Amino acid sequence: MKPMRLMLAASALALTMSAVSVEAKSPPNVLVVAKNIDDIVSLDPGQAYEFTSGEIVANIYDRLVEYDPLNIDKIAPGLAESWTVSEDGRTFTFKLRQGAKFASGNPVRPEDVVFSLRRVVTLNKAPAFILTQFGWKPDNVEQMIKKASDTEVTLTIPETFAPSFVLNALAARPGSIVDEKEATKNAKDNDLGNAWLSRNSAGSGPFKLRVWRPGEAVVLDANKDAVKGAPKMNQVVLSHVAEPSTQRLMIESGDADIARNLGPDQIAAVKDKPGIKVETYPQAALHFFSLNLKHDKLKNPAIWEATKYLIDYDGIANTLLKGQMKVHQTFWPEGFPGAVNENPYKLDVAKAKDILAKANVPSGLTIDVDMISSPPFTDIGQSIQATMGQAGIKVNLIPGTSAQVITKYRARQHEGMLLYWAPDFMDPHSNAKAFAYNVDNADTAPQSTTTWRNSWLIPELSARTKAALVERDPTKRLDMYRDLQREVLKQSPWSMTFQAQAQVALRDEVKGFIHGPTNDLVVYRNVTKN
Amino acid sequence: MRGLVLGGVMAARGFAALLITLVGLLLVTFVVGRVMPIDPVVAAVGDKASAETYAKAREALGLDQPVWIQFGRYIGGVARGDLGQSSLSNRPVSEDIARVFPATVELSTLGILVGIILGVPLGVFAAHRRNRWPDQIIRSVSLLGYSTPVFWLGLIGLLIFYAQLGWSGGPGRIDTAYRYSVEEWSGLMLVDTLYSGDWDAFRSALSHIALPALLLGYFSLAYIARMTRGFMIEELSKEYVTTARLKGASEADVLWRHALPNVLVPVITVIALAYAQLLEGTVLTETVFAWPGLGLYITNSLFSADMPAVLGGTLVVGVCFVLLNKISEILYPILDPRTRSR
Repeated sequence: MKPMRLMLAASALALTMSAVSVEAKSPPNVLVVAKNIDDIVSLDPGQAYEFTSGEIVANIYDRLVEYDPLNIDKIAPGLAESWTVSEDGRTFTFKLRQGAKFASGNPVRPEDVVFSLRRVVTLNKAPAFILTQFGWKPDNVEQMIKKASDTEVTLTIPETFAPSFVLNALAARPGSIVDEKEATKNAKDNDLGNAWLSRNSAGSGPFKLRVWRPGEAVVLDANKDAVKGAPKMNQVVLSHVAEPSTQRLMIESGDADIARNLGPDQIAAVKDKPGIKVETYPQAALHFFSLNLKHDKLKNPAIWEATKYLIDYDGIANTLLKGQMKVHQTFWPEGFPGAVNENPYKLDVAKAKDILAKANVPSGLTIDVDMISSPPFTDIGQSIQATMGQAGIKVNLIPGTSAQVITKYRARQHEGMLLYWAPDFMDPHSNAKAFAYNVDNADTAPQSTTTWRNSWLIPELSARTKAALVERDPTKRLDMYRDLQREVLKQSPWSMTFQAQAQVALRDEVKGFIHGPTNDLVVYRNVTKN
Repeated sequence: MRGLVLGGVMAARGFAALLITLVGLLLVTFVVGRVMPIDPVVAAVGDKASAETYAKAREALGLDQPVWIQFGRYIGGVARGDLGQSSLSNRPVSEDIARVFPATVELSTLGILVGIILGVPLGVFAAHRRNRWPDQIIRSVSLLGYSTPVFWLGLIGLLIFYAQLGWSGGPGRIDTAYRYSVEEWSGLMLVDTLYSGDWDAFRSALSHIALPALLLGYFSLAYIARMTRGFMIEELSKEYVTTARLKGASEADVLWRHALPNVLVPVITVIALAYAQLLEGTVLTETVFAWPGLGLYITNSLFSADMPAVLGGTLVVGVCFVLLNKISEILYPILDPRTRSR
C-alpha cells in the first residue's frame, strides 16, 4: 500500500522538520531588537521622517549639536565643539571637533556640514520644513550656509529667532551631517545621493548601516571610529516583528534581547517572568480628542468645555492602557523644559451636563469620531463613547487605517478626531505652532497644525506664539510657553488627554539601553549584554 | 503542418486570453486603489509635509494626471518590464517582489507538499471508511483545520513548539546568527543555505520554516482531504468498482489503482487552487511568524495606497493563478486518458 507508506513518510518528515531544535538565544555580541519597522520609507536623513527611521538615523549620524538623552534640558556639543551667536542673533558660527571621522575614514570637514544642510533644503523632502522655517530656501542656501574656515561654518538666518529655537531645530534629524564625498560619489541624476542614502549610510555616528530589508530587518554594524567612542556591541539587529504576541514569545525565549511593541496584556504577562525586566520611558507623543469647528453644531465653546469633563482620564490610563500612557492635558509634554504639568479636568458628568444646559445646547448632539482601528485608539474611543453618552452626546466611532484617518483629517472632513501628535524637534515652538497658531483658516491655506485641521482661528494666541518664537531670554521664553499652554488648555476645542509611555521589555543582561522621549533619542551605543 | 498551424493559433488565443485576464485584473485593482479613501501622497511624504513638498510628491507619483493616463502609463511600463516604484519602500516594485516572493514560494511549496502527501491518502481512507470512526476523526480534523483561525493556531503552535518545547525555530526565516551571512542565490533560504554548504544555517532555516509550513500544510490538508473524500465516495459507488470487488480485486487495488486515478483530475484542480491560495500569501501566517512574504507586502501597500506595489503584487498573483491553471490543464490528459482530445 504505497500511498499509505508515503503518508507515513510524510508524517515522519513533518515530525523531523519540527524536531530540528535550535537553541533560542541571540548571539553574544549582537543586540536583537524585536520591533515593528514597517514604517520606514527612507534612511536618508534628508528624507527620513518616520519613527523607526528617526531612531536609525540618530544612531548612524552625528549632528552639530545634540541632546543628552538623559538630560534634555540642555543642548550639548555634537560634531561642533563650540558655537557663538552674533549680537543680532542671526549668525551662528560652529567650530568643528578636531579629528572626527566618518565611517568611511574621511575626515569631517566644514564642507560636509555645508553640503548636508544645503541638501536638506534643496531636496525639500518631508523633514525639510524643520530647516526651511529659518527662511532657508533652495535659492538662498549658498549665501546662508557657508564654510568660514578650515574648522568653522557659519549659518545665517534671514529672520531673527530665539537662538535656543535655532539650536533645537539643528539638533533634529535633518541636522545630521553626511559624508559629502560618499554621497556625491553615489549620486544619480542630481539627487545629491538621495536614492543611495535611502538604503546606505555615510555618517560618523556609532553605527553604520549594513543592510535594510523592508519588512524584514535593519542591521547596524559598529563604527569603531565613532566620534564618541566605539559602541560595545558589534551589531544591532532591528528585527521586524509586527505581532506583539510574537515579540513576547521571542523575548521569553531569548531570541530577542529587547521587545519594543508589547501591548498592555503582553507587558502584564512578561513583567514577572524571570530573566526579563520591563522599563517605562515617558514619550513626547500626546493624544487628544478634537472637534472640527467647520461644523456649525460644534462651534459652541460650551460643547468644547463640556467634553473635557466627559473623558475618564484616570480610568482609561490605569485600567485600559495599564501604564502605556499617563494623563497629560497641556500641549507640551512632561519632562521637557517649559512643560506645564497641570491636569485640571476629571470625569464629571454632572458638571458637563450643567455646562451644556446653561449654554442651551440642544439635546441629541451626535458626533462622528474618526480613529485608527487599533489599540490604544479603539480602547480610548469606546470609553469616550460611553462617558459622552452619559451626558446625552452620542458618539459614533468611525475606525479606519492610519492613512485613511489622516487623509480625512487633512481634508478637514471629520467631526471629531482621536489622534496623537509628536513634536518634530524638541523646542516648545514645535507644539505651540501646532496647538496655538492659526492666522488663516482658509481651505486654500492648508497647514498640518491641529489648529487649522480643526478650524480653530486664533489671531491673538498666534501673535503670542510668534512673540515666544523670537524671545531671546530663555527663561522668559519658557514662561511665555507656559502661559500659552494654560490658555490653550482652557480655550481649545480639543481635550488633550494622554502622554505616551514606552513600555519596553528587556532581557536582564541588557544594560545601558537608553530610550529618550523621542525616537531620535533611542541610543544603542552604550548597550552591553553581560 | 495543419496541426502545427492549429497549435499556433491555439497558443496565440491562449496568450491573448492571458493578456486580457491580466490587464482586466490590473484595471480592477487600479480603480479600487483610486476610489479608496486614502491619499497615497500622505502615505509617501508623511502627515506634516509642507504644501510644496506635497505637490512635488504628487507630481512625482504621477497623480496630477487623469486616471486613464495614469493607468495607460502603468500598463506601458509593465509592457517594458517596469513595475514602477513603491512609494512605501522607496524601491522598484520588481526588486521588492523579487525579495518577498521567494519567501512565499518556499513556504507555500512546503505547505502544499505536506497538504498533498497527507491530505490525499487521508481523503481516500476516509471515503473507504465512510461514516465509521476513522472517517469521523479525519472529518473532524479537517473541519478543525478549516474553521480554526490561523492566527490563533499559529500563536499556539509558537507557544508550544517554540517557546515551551524549543523544538522549532522562532519567527523569521533564520536565526540572527546566520542572517545575511549566507549569500543570496535564489532567495529560497533552504536552497541558499544548502548551496552555500552551511549546514548549521540550513538546520536553522529548516527549523524556522517547519512550523509555519506545517500549519499551512494542515490547512491545505483539511481542504484537500475533504474534497478527495467527496470525489472518492462518488467514485466508489460506481458499478465498475463493484465489478472489480466481485472479480476479487483487493481493497487496496480498488482504492488506489481503480478509483483514485479516476478522481485525479478534480483532485489536481483542488490542489492547484489550494497552492494558488498559498502563493497569494497568507497575511495572518506571515504576521504571526514574521515571515516577509507577498501577502504582507500587498496588504501593507494597500493600507498605504501604494498602488504600484499593490498592482505589482496582484500581477504576480494573477500570473500564478493562470500558470497553475495551465499546468493543471496539461496534467489532465496525462492523468486521465479520457480527457485527451482526439
